[in-house]
Amino acid sequence: MANAILYDSTLCIGCKACEGACAERWGLPYDDKIAAEGKISAHKLTAVETHGEHFSRRLCMNCQQPACASVCPVGALQKTTLGPVVYDAEKCMGCRYCMQACPFQVPSYEWDKQLPRMRKCDMCSERQVQGKPTACTEACPVGATAFGERDAMIAEARKRLAGKPDGYYQKIYGIAEAGGTSVFYLSAVPFEQIGLRTRIPQQALPETTWRVLELVPDIVSTGSVLLGGIWWITNRRAEVARKEGRR
Amino acid sequence: MSARLPKLTVWRAIFALILAAGAYATYLRVRYGLGGSTNLSDQFPWGIWIGFDVMCGVALAAGGFTLVAIVHIFNIEKYRPILRPAILTAFLGYVLVVVGLLYDLGRPDRLWHPLVMWNPHSVMFEVAWCVMLYTTVLFLEFLPMVFERFGWHRPLDWIHRISVPLMILGVLLSTLHQSSLGTLFLIVPEKLDPLWYTPILPLLFYLSSIAAGLAMTIFESWHSSRAFGRALELPLLAGIARVLAVVMSVYLWVRFLDLSHRHVLGLLFQNRVESWLFDLEIGLAIVPTVLLFQSAVRMRPGALYACSVMVVFSFIANRLNVGTTGLEAGSGTHYIPKWSEVAVTLSIVAAGFAIFRFIAHHFPVFEGHAHESGPAREEETREEPVAVG
Repeated sequence: MANAILYDSTLCIGCKACEGACAERWGLPYDDKIAAEGKISAHKLTAVETHGEHFSRRLCMNCQQPACASVCPVGALQKTTLGPVVYDAEKCMGCRYCMQACPFQVPSYEWDKQLPRMRKCDMCSERQVQGKPTACTEACPVGATAFGERDAMIAEARKRLAGKPDGYYQKIYGIAEAGGTSVFYLSAVPFEQIGLRTRIPQQALPETTWRVLELVPDIVSTGSVLLGGIWWITNRRAEVARKEGRR
Repeated sequence: MSARLPKLTVWRAIFALILAAGAYATYLRVRYGLGGSTNLSDQFPWGIWIGFDVMCGVALAAGGFTLVAIVHIFNIEKYRPILRPAILTAFLGYVLVVVGLLYDLGRPDRLWHPLVMWNPHSVMFEVAWCVMLYTTVLFLEFLPMVFERFGWHRPLDWIHRISVPLMILGVLLSTLHQSSLGTLFLIVPEKLDPLWYTPILPLLFYLSSIAAGLAMTIFESWHSSRAFGRALELPLLAGIARVLAVVMSVYLWVRFLDLSHRHVLGLLFQNRVESWLFDLEIGLAIVPTVLLFQSAVRMRPGALYACSVMVVFSFIANRLNVGTTGLEAGSGTHYIPKWSEVAVTLSIVAAGFAIFRFIAHHFPVFEGHAHESGPAREEETREEPVAVG
């Protein structure tokens, strides 16, 4: 059973308590200056953005079929059964393909370090293992961030949409995006107006490259036979020509 | 521009300047990390070290596997004289790609990780293995030139014995590697501009790498004939040019079909940067293709050279478009390489030229056909190290 986060932009009051709790959980510094930074980065793994009169909290979507995990050459990123996509910095070689591949542009890099790591939210993976909700959920004073079983979160989101047909833009962001995520958004206005990327494919991304990668064994086996065969024929021909020439 | 030249020429001065800038950029890279030496950002994680150094470097080395296939697998012996330089170019190209990767990877000390940490679902994993294996194959294909130079006959025989499987392996690895560089970008359907994003990106990368490899063979022959005062093998190059014209025609036709089937031909005529860059790329491909079908063009060294340069530039434009400019709008950001990124790239290219020159002077690269009887089995083409990127 996988967990998910439901973030309701209409309830969010922009207090940034989630940001502070997140920084604490990661052991990252957090002060007024960092609080004022309006976007996620390598030292701020969740950020409350302001879009006009609406708030929008960015964090890793922890996709159901994460592009980042599929593209990582060394398997440093893994999707866990509880929902989080976790990162093993000890494996990472810094190719940054995960950053290129992420349709939500979530992973950040420690650009200024000599031994850099990628950084991103992992939905408090170790807290979930202990049966606890994410730090941001616990910190939210108004319930704008809810945490629970994924299906239950979807049901809750649907209930809210049905309960207030005029109060919500009648869609849930994260159900279909990139084949489904572990973070859902509700909003009063269309999602692009709260800074979310909306051109994201509605199917899982790993399929796009796997379609080609799965052909590799076929290409290698067919290619060996074909090239070997051609060589055999042309070489034989040259040999025969050589012998006849000598005669 | 190599150190062999006795007097201080303009080229040597430029060469020294480039290397000095590259050395300082290297210091910045080591001391201040990627942030201090590049204009990369969280929104734009790959720059010209990937878009040019790696993607162009690999494909400009494609002359190696193309000529190996022509000479050894299809047994078309007449192209043997240009095989060794092509293999040397490819080998240097790959070595310099690895150098480029050492700059670009956040943790170059972990370059070996894909050897023991596997993720077969990752294109980058395939790319990593192809780089490692094909560099090894190219090294083995290059070794006969070293063995001949020092008259080591026994190892020559050993290499000779495994040469056929080795070359088949090389062609296969190249096929996988060239196409996989295109596959890399299949994961970003919403970021890469629709002019370039297509499910057949791997096929297009493969076809264009063959064209670029052939063009590089002509390019490099032309330069080395001047540098070493050799006669240009014009009939051979004209033959290569004929193949190049056909490959380019197929490539352009497939690209047209692709655009048409995806219903994006209208984008060609829009007034936006992407469309202009695309038109430039395609224009640089169409002109030499048409010209190369004229035998008068193929038989004139200057015209032949100009056509090969256009093909190479069209190709570089394509890789930079797919790898950088085509991604800017979709990533919601702009990227202009920092001077240090350019300096490192130029240094790598310049070093490639110099090393090629050095090896060509001291090893039997161009006289391979003189050893017909024994060692020459392996390879002899000529391409310039330019491939290096």
